[in-house]
Amino acid sequence: MKARQRQLLWIAVVLIVVLACSFYSANGPQTTAVLAGTVRAATLLTLGALCGMIGERSGVVNIGIEGQFLMSAFFAFTVTSITGSLFMGAMAGIATGLTMGWMLAAMAVGLKVDQIIAGTVLNIGALGLTSFFYDGSRSLGVGKYTNIDLGSLADLPLVGTVFFSRPPITYLTMVLLVVVHVALFRSVWGMRTRAIGEHPGAADTVGIDVLRLRYINVTLAGGFAGLGGSYLALEAVGTFSRGMSGGRGFLALAVMIFGRRSPFGAYAAALFFGFTTALQNHFQLNSVFDIPPQFVGMLPFVVTIIVVALSGLMGSMRDPAALGQTYEKG
Amino acid sequence: MTDLLLAARNVTKQFPGVLANDDVSVELKPGRILALLGENGAGKSTLVNVLFGMYRPDGGQIIIKDEVVDLRGPDDAISRGIGMVHQHFQLVPPMRVVENIVLGAEPTKRGLVDLDEARLRVVELSTKYGLEVDPDALVEDLPVGMQQRVEILKALYRNADVLILDEPTGVLTPQEADHLLRVLRGLTETGVGIVFITHKLREVLAIADDIVVLREGRVVGTTTPDQATESGLAEMMVGRSVVLRVEKQAAQPGDVVLQVDDLKVNDDRGQLAVDGVSLQVRAGEIVGVAGVEGNGQRELVEAITGLRHASSGAMAIGGKPLTNSSTRQIAANGVGHIPEDREKHGIIAAYSLAENSVLNRYHRTPFSSRGIMHREVIYEHAQSVVEEFDVRTPSVTVAASSLSGGNKQKLIVGREFSENIKLLVAAQPTRGIDIGAIEFIHRRIVEQRDKGAAVLLVSAELDEILSLADRVAVLYDGKLVDVLDANVATRERVGLLMAGITD
Repeated sequence: MKARQRQLLWIAVVLIVVLACSFYSANGPQTTAVLAGTVRAATLLTLGALCGMIGERSGVVNIGIEGQFLMSAFFAFTVTSITGSLFMGAMAGIATGLTMGWMLAAMAVGLKVDQIIAGTVLNIGALGLTSFFYDGSRSLGVGKYTNIDLGSLADLPLVGTVFFSRPPITYLTMVLLVVVHVALFRSVWGMRTRAIGEHPGAADTVGIDVLRLRYINVTLAGGFAGLGGSYLALEAVGTFSRGMSGGRGFLALAVMIFGRRSPFGAYAAALFFGFTTALQNHFQLNSVFDIPPQFVGMLPFVVTIIVVALSGLMGSMRDPAALGQTYEKG
Repeated sequence: MTDLLLAARNVTKQFPGVLANDDVSVELKPGRILALLGENGAGKSTLVNVLFGMYRPDGGQIIIKDEVVDLRGPDDAISRGIGMVHQHFQLVPPMRVVENIVLGAEPTKRGLVDLDEARLRVVELSTKYGLEVDPDALVEDLPVGMQQRVEILKALYRNADVLILDEPTGVLTPQEADHLLRVLRGLTETGVGIVFITHKLREVLAIADDIVVLREGRVVGTTTPDQATESGLAEMMVGRSVVLRVEKQAAQPGDVVLQVDDLKVNDDRGQLAVDGVSLQVRAGEIVGVAGVEGNGQRELVEAITGLRHASSGAMAIGGKPLTNSSTRQIAANGVGHIPEDREKHGIIAAYSLAENSVLNRYHRTPFSSRGIMHREVIYEHAQSVVEEFDVRTPSVTVAASSLSGGNKQKLIVGREFSENIKLLVAAQPTRGIDIGAIEFIHRRIVEQRDKGAAVLLVSAELDEILSLADRVAVLYDGKLVDVLDANVATRERVGLLMAGITD
């Protein structure tokens, strides 16, 4: 089974490379644009998925990622606008994400509120508060994060632009992927985290403080969503607008599930979903099809529904056994 | 060498409404095995949870290695060398054996878990104590006996010199249980002390050095195996004399009631769990299905009672084919079912006792007509069930969740028996209930048989099968390995069959 999965993976990778190369030789600029758009759209989804994954691996569902994105984007934007510093804005975004994470932890872990309700509270709260306090006359004041070329790597055809000429948060996300992967599967923290998500009772009997670890993890995970919010306001768009997260916090959950709650799996899934978004942009900008743009715009979401439904049918996904359950001692 | 490994002095623990431990004192010396004997609810589990730091006692002292201690949690107990093997294994199924063993006390190298080091330690321990296990196997792929080894190794990895085992033999075949007892005896030779919780009298006499009997939270007797007898211990546990053997006449088998032909059923994961079972149960006989849990008993029972879809084969009751019929159709054909998991399939905890007493026929007259239920009739019915089946409750309007396990079970039995049934399917009918209720339910099952019902009895307790059944069918790995007449079904013979050994 494992060997067969690996085989399929390699076939997919080869197929993608061949396709990308042939498209590139046919139409270089447009292929580059679509793939760059893919990586751009994937960054936000990846950060959301990392946030969701750390929570779910510990047994806590986080459907409040959408709200965490939005609130963090708001503060990242506002702080940058006041201080004139993108860095301060990004830090404010992360701090906001951590605070939102802490609020979710306080409700879902501390007060044992139903986790779905707790997440919904974040979403509704973020939408209401940011819409109310949003000041339309305010602008970022400084330019958004710009691309940084990674030396001569950036000069490579296709991949140079797609991967090695990116703004800072995109690079940071790629680093975080590796960090979270190692932490989750190799570190003591990761082993305990997976244990409390699967069988909190077992973890408790060997002296692991289940509630405390969940509290910490859900809070910490919020930082990733916070970085995502900063990315949205400071790197992707360069401003704030009402409801700007636009459902991508939920899409991030689909990405996380499809990526089997592992960082690289999530990144692959995020690239896939990012690709549908980029393709949809491409179709709209270049009027490839003669159909109303609203329908073309549905593409990523239709694909989400199909993919999640299919992956459910394949039965390959297994949730952490204690997902969504509050833990009671004894 | 310390004199006292572990002791409780006058421990008292109060839960809302229950005094779970009342002035309990026990002692464990190095190299000895202390058996804690008592019925469910006698306070054994509470006591060991106090000793393991899970609960804080309201009064009294805990002494570990001659020192009075104040345990703040299980980690505190673990660091003082106490290891516990819980009745429900505390293992993370999708993780590997080695990961499970070191979890919470992981060896590290450069900040990461050092699994190579961990593997070495595990192999070293398993060779030393004769507990061979593959360190890289996933726990979910291991049979229960192996999982238990992992639990024991988990404690030994933490340098436990006291091992507390909560009902460790419940999930094992008699032979596996014997092996476990030998392993435990071997451990005591290295100075480890063992606390062994059980309700099986035979095991206590076979393994213990000291026996403490608990009843209603109090120590009612302290003895040793050479001074005790099974009936004496049973009497101490229950507080009155008990009949260990079920009194019954020889069976008078009549027509075939349950006919099962080449039945195949999958489990929740889609794996074949019942693999071509053919079986007949006649009116007026009890067929006991023996086997280690997880060998297809649950799936067989669920397929017969309509809770689970059979993938192939046929099943008929009283000559009427009912394969894959609904539970209601099957019940309407005179089938009573005492389900294995009474909390999940037997009662609805939030409903009143009265409502629970008509769960199988609330939709029929006289309990309802034209979709309206008749409360008075239901109450009357519930009242008669309560009286006839000795359900101890303040009233029939209280929620079923307020009943004790034994009383819940008597309520279920009362409900299923209050109509004439052709077939009784009883799965683990006496699991986790007190001896008084066990005696009562056993008597009632035999009574149903004598009234002409066919009885299919599934139990993980071999003693229960051997004392009730007229014929014993043994399931192993989803297959019916053999069907024996009760007079030739000895513990040894059935035990071997339970392990799949047929010659």
